[in-house]
Amino acid sequence: MILAATTAAERAELITFVPLAVLSVVTAVGMVTSRNAVYSALLLVVNFFCLAGFYVLLQAQFIAAVQVIVYAGAIMVLFLFVLMLLGIGNEEVVSEPIPGQRVVAGVLALALLVAVVVAVLNGGLSGGAGDLAAANQGGNVEAVGRLLFTRYAFAFEATGILLVVAAVGALVLGKRRP
Amino acid sequence: MKVGTNAYLLLSALLFTIGVVGVLVRRNAIVVFMCVELMLNAVNLSFIAFARRNGTLDGQVLAFFVMVVAAAEVVVGLGILVAIFRKRSSASVDDVNLLRG
Repeated sequence: MILAATTAAERAELITFVPLAVLSVVTAVGMVTSRNAVYSALLLVVNFFCLAGFYVLLQAQFIAAVQVIVYAGAIMVLFLFVLMLLGIGNEEVVSEPIPGQRVVAGVLALALLVAVVVAVLNGGLSGGAGDLAAANQGGNVEAVGRLLFTRYAFAFEATGILLVVAAVGALVLGKRRP
Repeated sequence: MKVGTNAYLLLSALLFTIGVVGVLVRRNAIVVFMCVELMLNAVNLSFIAFARRNGTLDGQVLAFFVMVVAAAEVVVGLGILVAIFRKRSSASVDDVNLLRG
C-alpha cells in the first residue's frame, strides 16, 4: 500500500519520511541506552532535528523553525550547560533499588505501546491524509500568528506570565543562600 | 499516496514509549529530564499530524504552547537539580529520599 506512490511530491515525502523515522528511533534508543549523559544530550539534538524534518513534511514550517531554535538551540544548550556545570562523569551506578525494576519497566512500556498502537489502528484514521494548503494560504507563519493573536490570545498572554514565573523561580532556586 | 496520519501516529507512539522506558529505567536525573522532553516531542508530532489531517492550524498552535511550557519546565527543573546537587553532590534520583516515609 505504501509503494503505490502517485505523484513526485508524494514519493518525495515517502523517501524523506522513512530515513527520518529510522534515524529518530535510533537516536531515541541511543539516548536512553547511552551511559554518558553528554552523548544522550547530543543524540537528543539529532532527534529534535529529525522531528523538525517531520514538521516540514507536515506543512508546519513555523513550528519546524521554532523546534530548531528553541529545542535544539536553547533547551539543549541549557541541558549541556547544566551537565558541564555539575561535572557529572560517565559513572552511573547500575543498581536497582527496586528488585526487577528494569524488567517490569519493559513489560509496562510494551503494554503501553501495544495499547496505543491498537487504539491508533482501530481509530478509523486509515483514510488519506488531509491537506493544509487552504489554511496555509498566504504563509504558514502568518496563519499561525493570526490564530495566536485572535482565538488563542488569552492563552498567549497566560504563557507570558508562565515564562516570567519560571524565570523568577529559576533565579530564586539558583541563588546561593548565605 | 501520501504518508498517512497513521504512520506519524505510530512513530509518535514508539518515541513516546522509548521516553517512558528512559524515565523508568535511568537513574541520572538530567537524563530523566531529557526523556520527558522526548515524550513531549512525541506528543507534539501527533498534534501536528492531526493538524494536517483536519486541515486546520489549531494543532500547530497547541504544539507551540507545549513547547513554551516545556521550556519553562526545563528551566525550573534544572534549577531544582542544581539546588539539589549543591546539597548532596549527586544527580541520581535515588539519592533524593528525604521525604521517604
